[in-house]
Amino acid sequence: MKEKPDVLQGTLALMVLKTLDVLGPQHGWGIARRIEQISGDFLAVNQGTLYPLLLRLEHEGSIASEWGVSENNRRARFYRLTAAGRKQLQAEAREWEQNAAIIARFFKVKAGDLT
Amino acid sequence: MKFLRRFLIRLSNFATRQSADQRLQEELVEHLAFQTEENMRTGMSPTEARRQAALKLGAAQAIREQHHAEHSLPFFEHLLFDLRYAVRMLLRSPGFSLIAIATIALGIGATTAIYSVIDATLLHPLPYPHPGELVRIEGDLPGVGAQDINVSVPEWHDLENSGIFQYVALDFFTSWNLTGSAQPTRIAGKGVTPNYFAMLGVGARLGRTFDPGDKTPGISPDVVISDGLWKRAFGADPRILGKAVRVDNDVYHVVGVMPPGFRDPGTTSEERNTELWVAGDFATVPFPPPLRGSRFWIASARLKPGLPLASAQAHIDALVASLKKQYPADYPAQAAWTVRLIPLSETMVGNIRQSLILLFGAVGLVLLISCVNVANLLLARASARGREMAVRQALGAARTRIIRQLLTESLLLFSLGGVTGFAVLFCAQRLLLRLIPESLPRLNDVSISWDVLAFAIAVSVAAGTVFGLAPAWLTSRLDLNTTLRQEGRGSSGSLGRSRLRRALVIGELALSLVLMIAAGLLLRSFWDLFKVPLGFNPSRVMAIETWLPVPNDPKTDMYSTAKQESVLLREVLRRNRTLPGVEETAVGDRAALPLGHIKNDLNMFPLIREGQGGQGSQPPLIATAIVSPEYFHLLGMTLLRGRLFADQDLEATPSIAVINQAAARTYWPGEDPVGKRVRLSADKPDWTTIVGVIADARTESLADADVPQVYLDIYQQRLIKDLAFFLRGEVDPAAISAQVRTQIQAVDPNLPVFHAETLDDVLSSSLSVRRFSMEMVALFAATALLLAGLGIYGTISYVVNEQSREIAIRFALGAQRRDILRMVLRQGLTLAAAGAGLGVAGALIVSHLMAGLLYGVSPVDLTTFAGVTLVLTAVALTASYLPALRAMRLDPIATLHSE
Repeated sequence: MKEKPDVLQGTLALMVLKTLDVLGPQHGWGIARRIEQISGDFLAVNQGTLYPLLLRLEHEGSIASEWGVSENNRRARFYRLTAAGRKQLQAEAREWEQNAAIIARFFKVKAGDLT
Repeated sequence: MKFLRRFLIRLSNFATRQSADQRLQEELVEHLAFQTEENMRTGMSPTEARRQAALKLGAAQAIREQHHAEHSLPFFEHLLFDLRYAVRMLLRSPGFSLIAIATIALGIGATTAIYSVIDATLLHPLPYPHPGELVRIEGDLPGVGAQDINVSVPEWHDLENSGIFQYVALDFFTSWNLTGSAQPTRIAGKGVTPNYFAMLGVGARLGRTFDPGDKTPGISPDVVISDGLWKRAFGADPRILGKAVRVDNDVYHVVGVMPPGFRDPGTTSEERNTELWVAGDFATVPFPPPLRGSRFWIASARLKPGLPLASAQAHIDALVASLKKQYPADYPAQAAWTVRLIPLSETMVGNIRQSLILLFGAVGLVLLISCVNVANLLLARASARGREMAVRQALGAARTRIIRQLLTESLLLFSLGGVTGFAVLFCAQRLLLRLIPESLPRLNDVSISWDVLAFAIAVSVAAGTVFGLAPAWLTSRLDLNTTLRQEGRGSSGSLGRSRLRRALVIGELALSLVLMIAAGLLLRSFWDLFKVPLGFNPSRVMAIETWLPVPNDPKTDMYSTAKQESVLLREVLRRNRTLPGVEETAVGDRAALPLGHIKNDLNMFPLIREGQGGQGSQPPLIATAIVSPEYFHLLGMTLLRGRLFADQDLEATPSIAVINQAAARTYWPGEDPVGKRVRLSADKPDWTTIVGVIADARTESLADADVPQVYLDIYQQRLIKDLAFFLRGEVDPAAISAQVRTQIQAVDPNLPVFHAETLDDVLSSSLSVRRFSMEMVALFAATALLLAGLGIYGTISYVVNEQSREIAIRFALGAQRRDILRMVLRQGLTLAAAGAGLGVAGALIVSHLMAGLLYGVSPVDLTTFAGVTLVLTAVALTASYLPALRAMRLDPIATLHSE
């Protein structure tokens, strides 16, 4: 019932979108493994939390899904980025980079630089 | 956009009850299979690989719930669950549900009914654009005891030039004879300045209203008529514009028809039903010369937009001060002339406001009491459901969740009650409207509208929340261990709960005491007024009015001299005397109609006493009635000294007057007024001699015994146009109107005959608003008493039930039935005493607030207070006696065994 804090939620959503952007259509486990590989422990446990998020992104129209057949001949649900999702990813990535740059600059500043 | 899209999809999923659960299940199975394969590749045993994969996935049930929450709308889903459960709970105890719903329906229905009247009268009194800008301009002369005086034409110009008004309009209210149709009719009409409709901001539905720039001298030939008159007298003729109508023998042309909803902003219901408006300049013939002192005209105005009333009043005060300096002869210092701006809405609602607020307060108390009663019932049920709540909490329900569910139940209960109350009101509205006295302003606009429905819903929801929350809070506050272990003993309520129940009952008793005292005081006032010695005898007296036309052209006036008029009067009186059953007849002007006329300035005349008051002093104003010699005997008014009018007093003989005792006392204290001479007009040189003094009679106001009054002889006066014929005898009220009409129209076929009423009816309708509020408050008080009785009965029954074990032990230890009875009754009495104490304190405040509505009874009337407290105590005792009886008959062995 409890929602994750906004930052985490937003970050995870961004990660999902980026994963789909780089790898093309993926099933849930593929997305989870990819995020785990890149981000370390972020999704180490509770991979399941990904599924409500996928549903939400689908409701919002950023991704779409359909049943397909996986590389090892399993029936799996594949998620892919929609045009709207791609636009959203670009916008959010830009915003994220700006924010990160600002924060990075703040951390670089030492007491001596501010006179 | 994204949020909206997401919400809409969820909403549609919720509505269509689509589930994504199947899909999730399949996805999770795939996910686990992928992960297990991966784990096995790293060298785990199949069992371990599956276990690790499941651990990595997380709690499947939690994921499902989250997924479901994302898929649909959990808030509404829970609401639906709670509602379904609440309906089941209500159906399971139909007795409780019925009583609770009926109680709430009573409270909300009654409150909504009174609200609908207030909505139409107090909240929306003015159907004109920007009603806040409309004011009435009234003056006072406190120095000579004159109030609510009108405005003269020069003063009107001063007001117009003051720069704070958009428009200032004058008007006068009158009746006219409309001739030309089958039967001459008398209609309510108004003479207005041409800017009158512009001031109100209302246009015609057909044609036009008056042109505010119209400068026609005297009275213009244009006339505007009401929608009602257009339909009634002219058959809604679409080509009415330009048609000629005959009003008091003068010819006018219709220029406009007002819209159907339009009402004149008058102070009385008669005035509000004005059907014909005529424009005039108020300064040239036939109007009297525009002198500063001729304050004949009612002034209304529209303030400049955005100007607050207070600063407008400050402007007016400054204007009055400068006028007093400029015209010291017209505004003598001792008269202390002041001018007030009153919001037009207030003058229209007038004295009804206090009564309505009282009623609303009373009905609010009834609502409060019924809500308290239901809260009490909910609390009682809460103790029965203690176990259910404990089990729910033990199974992990959060307290907020339990409160939410209980609140849903009480809201459902209150909404059902509100809907029932509203439905009953809606079905019974025609019946209920008949109870409202006709003198209520804007009675026609009282309806069960959307506003009223919104009010009922808002009240139900607010009451459900407030009075559902406390029981829900207390119910959910449980000590799990004790409650669950108490099984089998029937849980005894928590301390907090029984304390709250007692507090509620005390509150209920206090509130009903307040209501009952208010009702008692009103009842006594009404009774006193009803039984007051009138000083005249209204029984078997009938009054019928007619109106002599006043054409603007004096040449067409058939009744321009007292002689001409007296021929008509004597002939009509002679004919009336021959009617079957008639014993006595008399005639007077409208002011002579006891209690039936509106007090207005036109029958208030300055009383100038010979040899008193030097130059420049302002004479007092006195109520004046003009009557024929038989009037006093017909109404049974007693002569105290001197003589009454006689047949030999004619236009040619010296003018004479009769005064009442109050006038003698006020204006000739310690002297014999008989033989004194007065003048009743500043510009007439002739003196009138006082020839007699009669006993005071309450002809002006039932509540006021000593209003100074002067009577003049109708055969000596000219220009008496508003006539009332009086008949005493065994007449048939249904037939008499037609009989008198035949007689009057045999003399002059152009005279209208209207308003046939017995004086008893006039008397009772003058009390109608008082009677209405008294009856309503009494009804509410009775309801409150009943509810409070039920409340105390319920609480004592509950207490007895709770104490049954204790009572059984007492019996076993040798207590007598008497002791048990005393024990239970004492509890009831304690509650009653606490309630009465609080109630008396509250009633003292309320009775002082309503002092203005009382007559002849003090707000701290001991008899009422003591009597009502006694009644309440008796009811409380009776209500506790029934459970006490049950306690006395308790079988100790059975009780102790069952536990």
